[in-house]
Amino acid sequence: MSVLVVAEHLRGELRPVTLELVTAAKELGGPVAVAVVAKDPSALADAVNVEGVDEILAVAVDQEEFENDVYEQALEQLLSERDFDVVLLGFTVNSMGYGPALAAKLGLGFASDVFAVRDDGGLVATRAFYGSKVQAELEFPGHDRVLLLLRPTAWAPAEGAGAASTTDVSVSISGSRARHKDYVEAATGDVDITSADFLLSVGRGIGDKENIPQFEELAGKMGATLSVSRPLVDQGWIPSSRQVGQSGKTVKPKVYLALGISGAVQHLAGMKTSGTIIAVNSDPEAAIFNVAHYGAVADLFEVAEELEKLY
Amino acid sequence: MKIVVAVKQVAALGDEVEFTEDERDVDPDYLDFALNEWDTYATEEALRLCEASGDGEVVIVSVGDEDAEDAMRRCLAMGADRGIRIESEERLDPIQVARALAEVVQAESPDLVFAGVQSADAVQAATGTALAELLGLPRVAVVTKMELGDGKATVNRELEGGLVDVLEVETPALLTIQTGINEPRYATLRAIKQAEEKEIDVRQPSDLGTPAYEVTKMFVPPKGEGAEMLNGSAADVAQRIKEIVEECTA
Repeated sequence: MSVLVVAEHLRGELRPVTLELVTAAKELGGPVAVAVVAKDPSALADAVNVEGVDEILAVAVDQEEFENDVYEQALEQLLSERDFDVVLLGFTVNSMGYGPALAAKLGLGFASDVFAVRDDGGLVATRAFYGSKVQAELEFPGHDRVLLLLRPTAWAPAEGAGAASTTDVSVSISGSRARHKDYVEAATGDVDITSADFLLSVGRGIGDKENIPQFEELAGKMGATLSVSRPLVDQGWIPSSRQVGQSGKTVKPKVYLALGISGAVQHLAGMKTSGTIIAVNSDPEAAIFNVAHYGAVADLFEVAEELEKLY
Repeated sequence: MKIVVAVKQVAALGDEVEFTEDERDVDPDYLDFALNEWDTYATEEALRLCEASGDGEVVIVSVGDEDAEDAMRRCLAMGADRGIRIESEERLDPIQVARALAEVVQAESPDLVFAGVQSADAVQAATGTALAELLGLPRVAVVTKMELGDGKATVNRELEGGLVDVLEVETPALLTIQTGINEPRYATLRAIKQAEEKEIDVRQPSDLGTPAYEVTKMFVPPKGEGAEMLNGSAADVAQRIKEIVEECTA
């Protein structure tokens, strides 16, 4: 089936998810076109010209950085001129701003956070429901065109030099109502969790802010660096520089010891490539066990107390 | 100042799961229900803005069956003024939910519309943006900060890795609200009791269109391939963890 991949870029750099989308597109058979919506699409053309890409659609717009009205209008015009069976976007913050809108406007088949696709005489997509505890296969009856937001890191990035042709596509953008002003870097903390060999990571399971010092101390004793999952940052218990996950840091320590972390998709995206993952959780169905190398269904405080004794 | 907040009663699975006979969904007997976490932040943000304006109304809208009113009552107990529930017994896709909401929200002519970034059970992150489209409103997804101006707002959008995109958005607008933007208040017992008396209007949905997808099969994912479970007492588990750590960091 013919696939349109929408390239994602930030401050002049192609974002890695784009090449992952190309891999998924190839699995659907192709032909594969990649749309680059940018002020100067040619600057990104080389980066997306990887093996398996048949055509690069260069869509020049006035805006250098992402704005959702611009992408929506550009894509709408592109889809009115060209036929694609499937449109692939990353399940990213940018895509969340216009992908569902485009699907609603054009009446496209739609699903997001999809992590497997196949052509089974029709498109079949797999995604999770109910906090990742179950998965489901989706089909798209009644839709000639389907727009999917694919989970980052679920596919390997496409590699190798491509031989894609480039087509310039002109679009007219009639205004952008949410305009990019500035980027502000994430706060850097006193500790760089991305350089640690051993992370002791705690989540909602620790229950209370008052328990954080206990785990800081345990991490110190064990020779680990303390990191956390998002809910602890949301509650203001600890600075965001300690946060592992999609909106925090992506880490790859030799050992990732997760205590009381259930394993939300966004958290797993930030740590699943760690060398060895050990998870302790009281819920035997916790999603963290799906990526862990070692798991224990246990009370994290009891395990922490025993670890204290050993170090 | 009138702010409409779209909320969802989300379903959580416990330790056990059974599927319906057609294997396309979980048997509802195995589900627990609660107000979506993101929506507590959206409701709080709406309440704060209205309180600051001195003259405001916060309207909670939701699509679901009568049980969904439990989640709406939570928002009313936090301080929202009234609710509108759009009747639906079925599990809808996010674009259908947006279609069900659109007419009702439009009729309210709000100054702002809020939704949570995503729902904890389905994680589509789609309803808010789709709703903005149907309402013809500017929108920003994944908002972590906002300041209202005259006919516009300055908002922070949280990108991957924590990078913040500062935007200026024309208002009225729809914003999807990220967790951590504020500290949602707890409802007092008295407020919970008073919320029982607040009005929840029930409407029937109009045409929801062709579903965006159809679930053909739901199943329990293959278990953590290669995950070795550490059994025994907490002391045994701790001992094994120490051994594994020493082996892997050596």
